[in-house]
Amino acid sequence: MLHLVLRRLAATVPVLLLVTAGVFALLHLTPGDPIDAMMAESVDAAAKAALRTELGLDQPLPVQYAAWMGRLLRGDLGHSIRNGEPVVESVSRRLGPSLQLAALAMAISLLIAFPVGIVSAVRRNTAVDRAGTTFSLFGICMPNFLLALLLIFVFGVTLRWLPISGYVDPVEEPWDGLRSLALPAVTLGLALAAVVTRTLRSSMLEALGEDYVRTARAKGLAEGRVVRGHVLRNALIPVVTVLGLQLGTLIGGAVITEYVFALPGVGRLVVDAVFARDYPLVQGVVLLIALGFIASNLVVDLLYGLIDPRIRHR
Amino acid sequence: MASSIPASVIADRRWEVLRRTAGARLAPIGAVVLVLALVVAVAAPVVAPHDPIRQDLGNTLAPPGRAHWLGTDNVGRDVLSRVIWGTRVSLVAGFVSVAIAVLVGGLLGIVAGYAGGRVDGLVMRLMDAVLSFPPLVLALALGAVLGAGLVGVLLALGVVYTPTFARLTRGQVLAVKARDYVDAARALGAPGWRIACRHVLPNAATPIVVQASLSVAFAILAEASLSFLGLGIQPPEASWGSMINAGRGYLQQAPWIVFGPGAALFVTVVGLNFVGDAVRDALDPRARG
Repeated sequence: MLHLVLRRLAATVPVLLLVTAGVFALLHLTPGDPIDAMMAESVDAAAKAALRTELGLDQPLPVQYAAWMGRLLRGDLGHSIRNGEPVVESVSRRLGPSLQLAALAMAISLLIAFPVGIVSAVRRNTAVDRAGTTFSLFGICMPNFLLALLLIFVFGVTLRWLPISGYVDPVEEPWDGLRSLALPAVTLGLALAAVVTRTLRSSMLEALGEDYVRTARAKGLAEGRVVRGHVLRNALIPVVTVLGLQLGTLIGGAVITEYVFALPGVGRLVVDAVFARDYPLVQGVVLLIALGFIASNLVVDLLYGLIDPRIRHR
Repeated sequence: MASSIPASVIADRRWEVLRRTAGARLAPIGAVVLVLALVVAVAAPVVAPHDPIRQDLGNTLAPPGRAHWLGTDNVGRDVLSRVIWGTRVSLVAGFVSVAIAVLVGGLLGIVAGYAGGRVDGLVMRLMDAVLSFPPLVLALALGAVLGAGLVGVLLALGVVYTPTFARLTRGQVLAVKARDYVDAARALGAPGWRIACRHVLPNAATPIVVQASLSVAFAILAEASLSFLGLGIQPPEASWGSMINAGRGYLQQAPWIVFGPGAALFVTVVGLNFVGDAVRDALDPRARG
């Protein structure tokens, strides 16, 4: 297991280097002068010159890159040109709502996907199965923002059961907090549930056809135990893979969901930074998101090794 | 050599694939949706009942009725006409961004798979780096620096989907490169580029076609998401995503502003998914359920 951890960590190093180079290059991809793009409304030449010096844009590219990397390694991701707040602080302040949203969405998706996926597979080609597969198709094709607006329309505007925007910290006020996160979490959770349901169903169907299932049945094991002990356990591996693959989609979905429901999360921060043309902030947040994404992919890979001994020993 | 296979056999095989594609259960629905969307996109100026950007401030938020089948928006523009014109943007975004990804990714994959060694390592690490960003976040960041508008979105989505095709093509090239007929062609003295184009590429193409047809639906969703966030097509030009965003504030008084383009988007994506699934089932015998 240690070997696997070390090998995966080593493979991450060149990718990390390229990722930082890419994020650095982002600023230089702007057609024209990035300073003009950032300070479009300001005509103050002195302010522009000051920002140029501050960002080091008046220096040769390699020098800029070295300086930027040097600061990065010391944990300095730069700061917003709008309010001067360091990127790390902006992000850490907004991490809470994002993580709460992600955890709730994950819980909702698993609560839906497991029963639906298992029943769909066990009762293949029945009405239940068809309802399950229709649900997953629906969830996969439904854009996040449309689902969000549909939920707002039904539960917020028409029935008036739940708040349609704003955020209350559930740690401080559990009831109002959960209510404020309910619609966003369902939006994000349903999309994920659809993918997990589809994967679980097909991997269960595959496992149901295996010889060991026939053996288990032949030795007189109750069907419930066959499904729980033999089918489900083996069907879990692709589900973990898909959950890992879906992380990126989940983060993207969170960006949209936070935008629609006005949640003060990291996703909302990205969108705001993009529209404020606050490029240092965009760079910093995007880099942090990428690092988080790489780290969680690493965890998924290791989890994979934990579930399946065959991978651990390869 | 490949030319010794009679053309009729190849044609038969193509026909067989087409027949199987059409025979899939849900494929006809998908095909109808796709054809309808294509026709509407091409004939937008003819089929749109009204000018999509002409405002009529005396007739704002009109509910669906005989004059305006899908109602009007907050500045009195005909929602149906805007949905029809938006079809163009969606289809162009879906097909062109995937085409960019197939071309660039395919080329990188062929180079990596064919050259091997350091080139392979460099190209693939580069692709890993692109994959280290959540797709929408990458598209947003690229869109931000490339500037809002269709071209920026096409390029951003093209970059996002490139690694998928690079990896796929490389894997295929590696697999096909080891086949006997490639050795045979080489033994006969065929130049490298000829082997790559005539022997490797056609045999490596199947999974790429499958992936491309499935990717178009996701690219359309991605364009809509970016336009929804305000990065895609700029107003007053119509795009489904930006229409939905603009209608957000009128959900209570005029839900049709959101649900008209919303339905168009959903139906198109479902249809394309059916087509993509059917293509996969037809080309990949293993996936046939």
